[in-house]
Parts: sequence; structure tokens; C-alpha cells
Amino acid sequence: MATVVSTDRLTKDFKTGFLRPRTHRGLDELTFEIPAGGVFGLLGPNGAGKSTTLKLLLNLLTPTSGRAELFGFPPGDLNARRRLGFLPENPSFYEYLTAEELLTYFSGLCGQSADDARRRSSALLDLVSLGADRRRPMRQFSKGMIQRVGIAQSLINDPELVVLDEPMSGLDPIGRREVRELILKLRDQGRTVVFSSHVLSDAELLCSNVGILARGRLLASGALSELTARGKRGCEVVASAVQDELATRIHGRGLRATRIGDGRYSFELDGGQPPEPLIAELAAAGASLVSVLPLKTTLEEAFVELVRTGSEAAVKS
Amino acid sequence: MTGRRIGLVAWHVFKESVRDRVLYGIGGFSVLLVAVSLAIGQITAGQDVKIIKDFGLATIELAAAVMTIFIGIGLVSKEIEKRTVYALLAKPLPRWEFVVGKYLGLLLTITVNVWAMGLALFAVLAVLLFISPENIRMSWTAPAVDPRLLLVLLLITAEMALLTAVALFFSTFSSSALVSVVFTIGVFIAGLVSTDLRHFSDIVVVSPAIGKTVSAIGWMLPAFSEFDIKSQVVHGLPVAGGFIALTLLYAAAYTCALVGAAVGVFSRREFK
Repeated sequence: MATVVSTDRLTKDFKTGFLRPRTHRGLDELTFEIPAGGVFGLLGPNGAGKSTTLKLLLNLLTPTSGRAELFGFPPGDLNARRRLGFLPENPSFYEYLTAEELLTYFSGLCGQSADDARRRSSALLDLVSLGADRRRPMRQFSKGMIQRVGIAQSLINDPELVVLDEPMSGLDPIGRREVRELILKLRDQGRTVVFSSHVLSDAELLCSNVGILARGRLLASGALSELTARGKRGCEVVASAVQDELATRIHGRGLRATRIGDGRYSFELDGGQPPEPLIAELAAAGASLVSVLPLKTTLEEAFVELVRTGSEAAVKS
Repeated sequence: MTGRRIGLVAWHVFKESVRDRVLYGIGGFSVLLVAVSLAIGQITAGQDVKIIKDFGLATIELAAAVMTIFIGIGLVSKEIEKRTVYALLAKPLPRWEFVVGKYLGLLLTITVNVWAMGLALFAVLAVLLFISPENIRMSWTAPAVDPRLLLVLLLITAEMALLTAVALFFSTFSSSALVSVVFTIGVFIAGLVSTDLRHFSDIVVVSPAIGKTVSAIGWMLPAFSEFDIKSQVVHGLPVAGGFIALTLLYAAAYTCALVGAAVGVFSRREFK
């Protein structure tokens, strides 16, 4: 699979303080690749280096060392920028313009003809549910509407790569859902979507691949399924009409039994234990099987574990 | 493609200015002042046309300088402060095109305003010509509707082109609008007295080192005083064509250097 974004030991130091300048490392030797197609989530707590990474990829910041490439070009190269769209975090646009004028302006900068600009602007504003507000000055827009304009402008040049910095920020639950659906639609169209977020539920619903950052360091990167498969394995058997003595006996054999309700128990089996003997034992004792579900680590569990161990490692080093 | 992108950026600066109510305030106020000069002229027999021209041209220059400074200092810094620059620079728009487009957009705005105010002044002078009796007209040292006023407007435009470049330079250099405005006004005022500064050591007896330093600063500063030919034109005195050409050339060269420096600063700028 082709690589859309690659970084090699990408590092960014910031100088803080005027009289006694100090160096703060915002990003520490980041090396990762983002394959073409699919949704890549750049995850991490606040201050992890997510926005710094995206700004380095967009040439808004210059790396202290290391390098980054988009489609094989350096970030500042126009050939790369022609193929990408970007939504900044908490975007802001010209208040004196209407949404339609902004999109037409940006479309012109991308080299589209006036007719194409009008057509594409109109289609994109409909896509983000702002068709009725296209001729209203943006000073009258709510934060959520500005966010939608931001998403629309990021797609104005029909990009192969869409970079969204905290795209759900400022949106109400309906807006978040619409953006999620839009991201999946972009993925289905064959585009690569990279977004940063600290909202893990969004990432779990959307991402095929993730990179987890903390304190400027990449803690993990890869397919979401691999990341969540690293921890727990096995399955959970839920049954009803289970006698308490039977549950106690099973628990005594080392299987974790948890009482959910009256006669209703869940039993957790390790990866090496097949569920069939337990199911047969429960049935023989008159219990009814409710469900058998595979156990896996949630993204949140994986994230918390990685960030915790990453922080401990950072403290030790 | 480069020309089209620069044109688009410039057009949007012009559009933003046209939709800015502050600009209308300054423009309206200056047109009012030009009109008021007509009333002042009425109470000063024989001197009315000179007063109207003096007052009108000074108002145009002052209004243009105020517009240039207050729009110019926010030209780039406002984009950074309001974060509008992030989405813009992610487009296939090289940074130098952004800076040059911004400069040309403000220059267009100022030029349109200077010439619109100049048109208002010509209208006032035409009214004066129409209502003045023959004996009053005979006392004028220069015709009321004097085509040489166009030269004054041309040099005011050139002066503002240079002042726009100064404001743009500080706008790219500093994140704070206050710092930009202080530096731009400082350079403008110092530039208005730059001729005196160049001859500082001849006028004031000080140590040679201080005299030379002040003179050097005078030569380095943009010589805004050189653009002032108002009194020659108003009083019907000759203005050499070579002087006009050299002044325009000076403005063009200094402006190019400042815009080039602004491009250099902005190209290295980081957006945290």
C-alpha cells in the first residue's frame, strides 16, 4: 500500500521565555507512516504534540531536526499542498465574507475556474448542511457552523489527503455525528483522512490506524485492531438462571464470575480456555446461555495504559 | 497562475477594506473636511482657492496616512492573531505571493481612496471657479482646477505606497498590533523630518559621532518629506519633472526593498 505521509525522526523544539530562554521539546524524534486510504487518528492527551505534528506536516512550523514527506514531497512543496486539505483547530475565517465567497476565494487559490469554483462551493456547502446559509456573512455564524465551513474549505480542491485538527471540537452531538459520517464518506471515496483528537470514542468508531502520542513521543502506531488486541484475549460468557453455588464453584476453579443480576452471571475465560465445556456445564445445571462475546482491550484501556507507561518511562529516563 | 493568486489575495484585501465601516468613517470625514474648506475659503477674501487647496490636500494626505497605518499594521498580524492564516497557507499559495498580494490589495484600497478624495477636491474647486467673479479669479496665482494637482495626488499615492510597505514590514515582523502601530507611526514621523536629520550636524553643534549617527539615520529612513510638493503647486511655483521622476523611482526602490524584507521575514515565520 502506498504511503501518503512519512516522518523520520521529526523533532521540534520551542524556545520559551525572553530573559532566560529555555527549550521545550514539543515533538521528539517522531517516526511513522500513514498508508493511503482509510482513517488515521493521531491521538494523545492535551499537549502531546498532535497539533505540532500536523503543523509540521503543513509547513506552518519548521522542524528542528528530522524530516517529513507528503506524497514524497517536502511539506512546503506546492505539489504536496495541491493534493491535501486542512482544517485547523478552532478555525477562524474572514468575518466580512460569506461562506460561499470564502470557498470561491480558496477555490481560486487552488487554480479552479470561476465556474468550477461556484459549482464546487455550492456542492460542499450542501454537504456540510450550510446550503441555506451560503450568503450570510460568517460573522453571524455559530462556532459549529464555522467548523462546518472549515470542513468544506478543506475539501475545496478535491484532496487525496484530508488533515483535520480536532474536527469535532465545538460541535453538538448531532454535529459530531454528521462529521463522523462525513469522515467515513471521505474514506469510502478513497481519500486518506488524518485527524487529531483526544476523544477516543470518535477514534474507535472511525480509525483504521492510529498513532498515540504523549509528551511529544510516539508511544504506539499501527492498525487499531492490533493495538486493541495487545491486551486481553478470551471471551465472556453470560448466562441466566445460574445457581449461586454453581457460580461459586466455577469461580473457585479460577474463572472470574461476576453477578450481574438475580441468577444472571458473567464468566470471563482466558484466551487459552475454550468456552464450550463451561457452556455445557451451565446447560447441564439448568442455566440458560445469554451471550458469548470475545474479550478485547478497548482503545481507551490501551490508550490509558500506553500513556501511563509512557509517562513512567519518561520520568525514569 | 502566480499572478492570479496574488490578484485574488489583493482583491480580498480590497473587499475587506470596502466592507470595513472604519474606512467609510475616515473617507466621509475627509470629504467633509474638503467641503468645510470651501466655507473657510469664503471668509478669507482672495485667499480662498489657496486655502481650499492647502486644506484639501493636507486632509487627503492625513486621511490616507491614517488609513494606511491602521489597515496596514493589521494586514498580516491580524491574519495570524485571528488564525485565518492557517487554512490559507495550507492552500497551494507560496508565502511570498501572500505577502505581495496583501501589499497590492492595500495599495489598491489607498489609491482608490486618495483619488476619490482628490475628485471631491476637484469638485469643490470647480464649484469655486463657477461661483467666483472674474476679478477674484484674476488674483489667483494658479488656476482653481489646476491639472498640476494631479501631480500632488500622484506623489501622495507614491508616499502611501511606501508607507504601506513600512506598515506591512512591521506587520510581518511583530505579533502585536500595538508594537506595529508604534513603529510605523514612528518611522512615518521621523521620515517627515528626515531631511532635517540628514543635516543635523550642520544645524546643531554636537559631537561629530552623534552628528554622523543622526545623519546616517536620516539617510536610512524613508524620506517622506520629499513627496511634499503641495505648497509649490498651490502657490503656482514650478516643480521639475526630473524631481518627480526621481521621487517616484526612490519610492519604487525603497518599497521593493521593504516588501522583499517583509517576504523574507514572513517566509521564516512559524505559526505555533
